[in-house]
Amino acid sequence: MQSQLPLYPESASNFSSQVDGLMLFMVAVCLFFGALICVAVVYFFFRYRRKTADEIGAPIHGDLRLEITWIVLPFFLLMAMFGWGAVIYVDYRHAPPDTLDVYVIGKQWMWKLQQPNGRREINELHVPVDRNVRLILASEDVIHDFSVPAFRVKMDVMPGHYNSMWFKPTKTGRYHFFCSQYCGTSHAIMGGWVTVMEQDEYAAWLAGSTNSGDPVAEGAKLYNDLACNTCHLPDGKGRGPSYNGVYGSKVKLADGSAVLADDAYIRESILQPNAKIVAGFQPVMPSFQGLVTEDQIIALTAYIKAQKDQPVPGKPAAGEPATGKK
Amino acid sequence: MSGTTTSSGGEYQLPREHYLNASYGIRSWLLTTDHKRIALLYLAAVTFFFFVGGIFATLIRIHLLTPNGLLVTPETYNKLFTMHGVAMVFFFLIPSIPAILGNFLIPIMIGAKDLAFPKINLLSWYVYIIGGCFVLYSFGTGGLDTGWTFYTPLSSVYSNSAVTPAVIGIFINGFSSILTGLNFVVTVHTMRAPGMTWFRLPLFVWSHYATSLIMILGTPVIAITVLLAGLERIFHFGFFNPAYGGDPILFQHLFWFYSHPAVYIMILPAMGVVSEIIPTFVRKPIFGYSFVAASSIGIAVIGFLVWAHHMFVTGEATYAAIAFSFLSYLVAIPSAVKVFNWTATLYKGSISYDTPMLYALGFIGLFTIGGLTGLFLACLGLDIHLHDTYFVIAHFHYIMVGGAVMGYVGGLHFWWPKITGRLYPEFLARAAAIILFIGFNLTFFPQFILGGLGMPRRYHNYPPEFQVLNVMSTAGASILALGYLLPMLYLTWSMRYGKIAGPNPWPATGLEWKTDSPPLTENFRETPEVDWEPYDFVHRPDLGLTGSKPKLPGKLSPAHGDD
Ligand code: HEC
Ligand SMILES: [Cu+2]
Ligand SMILES: [Cu+2]
Repeated sequence: MQSQLPLYPESASNFSSQVDGLMLFMVAVCLFFGALICVAVVYFFFRYRRKTADEIGAPIHGDLRLEITWIVLPFFLLMAMFGWGAVIYVDYRHAPPDTLDVYVIGKQWMWKLQQPNGRREINELHVPVDRNVRLILASEDVIHDFSVPAFRVKMDVMPGHYNSMWFKPTKTGRYHFFCSQYCGTSHAIMGGWVTVMEQDEYAAWLAGSTNSGDPVAEGAKLYNDLACNTCHLPDGKGRGPSYNGVYGSKVKLADGSAVLADDAYIRESILQPNAKIVAGFQPVMPSFQGLVTEDQIIALTAYIKAQKDQPVPGKPAAGEPATGKK
Repeated sequence: MSGTTTSSGGEYQLPREHYLNASYGIRSWLLTTDHKRIALLYLAAVTFFFFVGGIFATLIRIHLLTPNGLLVTPETYNKLFTMHGVAMVFFFLIPSIPAILGNFLIPIMIGAKDLAFPKINLLSWYVYIIGGCFVLYSFGTGGLDTGWTFYTPLSSVYSNSAVTPAVIGIFINGFSSILTGLNFVVTVHTMRAPGMTWFRLPLFVWSHYATSLIMILGTPVIAITVLLAGLERIFHFGFFNPAYGGDPILFQHLFWFYSHPAVYIMILPAMGVVSEIIPTFVRKPIFGYSFVAASSIGIAVIGFLVWAHHMFVTGEATYAAIAFSFLSYLVAIPSAVKVFNWTATLYKGSISYDTPMLYALGFIGLFTIGGLTGLFLACLGLDIHLHDTYFVIAHFHYIMVGGAVMGYVGGLHFWWPKITGRLYPEFLARAAAIILFIGFNLTFFPQFILGGLGMPRRYHNYPPEFQVLNVMSTAGASILALGYLLPMLYLTWSMRYGKIAGPNPWPATGLEWKTDSPPLTENFRETPEVDWEPYDFVHRPDLGLTGSKPKLPGKLSPAHGDD
């Protein structure tokens, strides 16, 4: 039950305690300085009120020592705030390697979510407690934002590229999530609930799904239907590279650099194939921009991901072990 | 020098000729090149937009009384907050102090007859009016529902409202800012009276100088940005919409490159007002004049380098975010320096409770809260929680309403006797100042808590647990509304019935107080010469405060070469 006048949200993720600790520090520092100013103003106001109509104040022009003090002292406090905040942020922006990945697609005005095994949800997200969860965010239209106050995290959901966010739920329960980037008429009702479950309950819930199309199978079908298979042959003998062992590896590019083949890279390869050309291949892949939906990209990615442990053509061993590291 | 006549009873009379009675008729106003009359033209237009924006705000607060929304449909609600923002930011806050008080006062404060380019000054008003008409046309025909931030691709593709005329209006209006800024810079450089050195300039002029630089450098960027969004909307050019090959993040960079400095366009002039009011009603020089003056320039410069702190959760590069957070903390320092110096100015002063002083002190309190909560949002670790919540709304209303509007209303009171030649009813005015302060805090403080709870901004309905705080906020807003209506009424009343003020009622030290109230069209009968330091009450027998001895300064010795 929610109280009538809550003053602070529940804390239910690894970031909650970090953010709250910093918040407390900031509130304390700011209250101190705010109170200092207020007390000084009120005290001076009454202490030095005008007594006679033609009275004037003491001609004090300034004091260099004071100026330096109130420049230098706040500077150090500000740097403490900055540093502490940056530490949390860096942690937040770098997901640990072993995440459970959930795809989140925002569109005017609903959320479509897809669990790793393909189970789909609308405006509901189920996650296990004490597991690192990563949300891979995509938008089909305008900018949205996935925000969970009880976890103290949010991230914009951009059309055109993937964003991701991560957290580790620490407490079972049901928590609001909101769209917090204004996205048009029904922005305010574009929200739902995150349900944090015990790990075994979650496993049971996931297995008991009824509406899950297996994303790998779906991806395999698209791979044929969209004619990816005309170029991307598993043995690497087609015009395009084989998918085997690609996901999670470092792909060498024609310009000599290398790029990690993660979800964002796969997505970009499908929508803007010429943005990054794989070394040893011609830029002949057509763009599928506008031809595939966000859901289909996720399915194709799942299929490509499923090939990551397949033997890589041209390499004797089973290829580089895919680390799954972001 | 003063042409004011004093009758035998010590009562003042209005000067025989002044800028208000120099000529009559509607043409004499609409074709005037007198900076003082143009200021009044701006006053009328800006007040109109304040009313428009205020009505939208009232409807918003009434609607949010219940979780499901009391008054309007979601479409209408979205239009209300968008139009509130557009009217208030572009047509009230940005022009308010510079175009009204700055226009009126800068030439007089530096001892000039007018601005450097009087005709351009009039042109800037017409440009403002034309821009305003486009925006009103948008409001009237379908409204605008993109948010005042016009984020793409919502604004450039998906919105069904009248975006195009609004964008054209804002584009046009930008030129009005640019022209005003140019005029101020040239005027301050070339038209200072003999003896008015840079370090004798009133701080009001310093802060307007800094503001003008931002206007000149920043406004072209916003104008182009909204124009590009408009072109994408009309002709489907792919600038910002990924479906056309554009990038929505690019829009945000461009938008905030102007719109963050624009916050300083709103607050710096208010700081200038406060820096005039405080020494006057404390009757001593401002503490650390050169630090207060330099901090204006510091804010203007660093303020240009912090824009991406609005984008910490867009997925921008981690290192970029860290750099922008750092710079945002740096810009806090000059602001803090100002607050400390104003507070220190009170020390050993002779403080009066006159209305402008109440506004100035209110400004210090509210600006301090606004500034300190800004530190929360500049903090990367907290922004991932607070971004786009009501915490942001509360924060920037503390800065823009608690700061800029308090400064504006305080400044109007302070210079009202100069502008109209008459005094307003002091008791009512003090009451209104206190009502405003209380109403403001009741309205916006609960919104900090709502934001901490995670309530996102721009929501036409909300979960029921947020209701109590929303009701508190609406209750506060009704007090706030009263606080705005009162000055509108009694200031209007005083134009006719107020007591005659005389040239220098407070008295204050600036050059503007050495001429008649209201001033002549040429401002001064003969070009004044300045041979005193700013805010110096000791060596100014002309102020009539000769009967007093300055209190002995304490261990703080006077003057460290600051002047
Ligand atoms: C006309 C042949 C062709 C078709 C059809 C084609 N591709 Fe490609 N694809 C290529 C080539 C050539 C490359 C390597 C050059 C480059 O990076 O653009 C490539 C690269 C890729 C990559 C990057 C692989 C890596 O090893 O880094 C992915 C992922 C990809 N394609 C996915 C797809 C998908 C999914 C489809 C079907 C929807 C598809 N492609 C259809 C030719 C094709
Ligand atoms: Cu949304
Ligand atoms: Cu939204």
